[in-house]
Amino acid sequence: MERQEWLGLMAKADASELMGCWVAANLSPDYTELRPPEIGSVMVRGRMGGKGNAFNLGEMTVSRCSVQLSCGTVGHGYIRGRSKQAARHVALCDALLQTDDAPTITSKILSVLAGKREAAVAETAGKAAATKVDFFTLVRGED
Amino acid sequence: MYVAVKGGERAIANAHQWLGEMRRGDTLFDALSLDQIREQLALSVARVMAEGSLYDPDLAALAIKQARGDLIEAIFLIRAYRTTLPRFGYALPVDTSSMRCLRRISATFKDIPGGQILGPTFDYTHRLLDFKLAADGEVGAASKAEALSEDVPHILELLNRDGLIQEEELTDAEPGDLTREPLALPASRAVRLQALARGDEGFLLGLGYSTQRGYARNHAFVGELRIGMVAVEMMIPELGFAIEIGEVEVTECETVNQFQGSKTEPPQFTRGYGLTFGQQERKTIAMALVDRALRWRELGEDDLGAAAQDEEFVLSHCDNIQATGFVEHIKLPHYVDFQSELELVRQMRRDAAALAEAAAE
Repeated sequence: MERQEWLGLMAKADASELMGCWVAANLSPDYTELRPPEIGSVMVRGRMGGKGNAFNLGEMTVSRCSVQLSCGTVGHGYIRGRSKQAARHVALCDALLQTDDAPTITSKILSVLAGKREAAVAETAGKAAATKVDFFTLVRGED
Repeated sequence: MYVAVKGGERAIANAHQWLGEMRRGDTLFDALSLDQIREQLALSVARVMAEGSLYDPDLAALAIKQARGDLIEAIFLIRAYRTTLPRFGYALPVDTSSMRCLRRISATFKDIPGGQILGPTFDYTHRLLDFKLAADGEVGAASKAEALSEDVPHILELLNRDGLIQEEELTDAEPGDLTREPLALPASRAVRLQALARGDEGFLLGLGYSTQRGYARNHAFVGELRIGMVAVEMMIPELGFAIEIGEVEVTECETVNQFQGSKTEPPQFTRGYGLTFGQQERKTIAMALVDRALRWRELGEDDLGAAAQDEEFVLSHCDNIQATGFVEHIKLPHYVDFQSELELVRQMRRDAAALAEAAAE
């Protein structure tokens, strides 16, 4: 998995699930906070007509954090919502995924989150598919 | 004019204490949890996020609880909170063509690639009160079918292939931001859309309706309405590339309007666009109607003097926090102000009486 992909996967995960996985992985790396967890906002944008020029839609809350492991590896975490702890965990996972601990993070955290996401996406898609309708127009018998 | 008053601290503190008790209601009943509000009053939560202009379902639920269900008060709380947040940056525009759709319908084409998906809609219900809900009846699980694998392209692109619809301009223009610069008129379409996206649902509904009734000659079809989740991507300088930082639920509506052509444009269809946070289809359709009406100048149409065409009128009055602030402030103490008016009226009456007396002599 590429770095971009794992950061996206963790950002889209439920913060409490992410923290549950972190606890289950039972890791306690030495690290310092380059940027302590903080809560802020990001302006979300849309496009006119879904495809034209950009406009500002409204903000969303975002938490972020940057850490450095004792070996020097740096990790960054960005996640929607207000969970400083989740942002710290994303940053730690991001750093650890660049080290020899990567297989542990992949199996204990990323694959669990990916599985949950796949199930949730399939659940919604299945319910949506059940509401697919075929409209047909009736001849009005005017002639 | 409002002049500051002093005093009344104890009365104010007691009033707020009573408000807290009233908010809680009869303690015979359980207190509402934020989870219950977020999950079961999801459309109120969506409105508070859209008009509060801050996507955070938990905060919106808290605001609704604190405001005793008064959504404009809740929106006010969210707007106040958002000013306390540091801005990390601007996201890349969301790609609604890759939305994970819960709902996706078109009123213009029956057979569309990706299909018509009704989703969890009130449409086609009978609008009869359901007394099973009063009896706290459990609901069955939603039916499922095999997920559709087709892409869901924007339907208006079907018209675009034949050049029958006005093309959207695509440049790198940096959009104006109402949270950074005050509204200046004439406003760009980007600023108009931002104002409408956070504008009051009721105000936009009324204006949208007025365009259908003939005030702005705006006969629209819903080309497409979709609701679903979109990923939010942002460029992260410390990484040097863009990553997804989360997902948000949005509603998108594209209207298609017949257009006779003008001095500058050939006869073709034109577009109105609506996009809001959360599941908010009424607001989003109304937004698209008003967006289209406001585009008269760029399309070379006539100004018919309709309210929905009047940018100053629409943009200055669609924000319910500005509106409620000014409308409601007149209930606050205006004693000094009113004393001067009272004195003025008394003086005018004395002058008038003196004049009448002089005329009688």
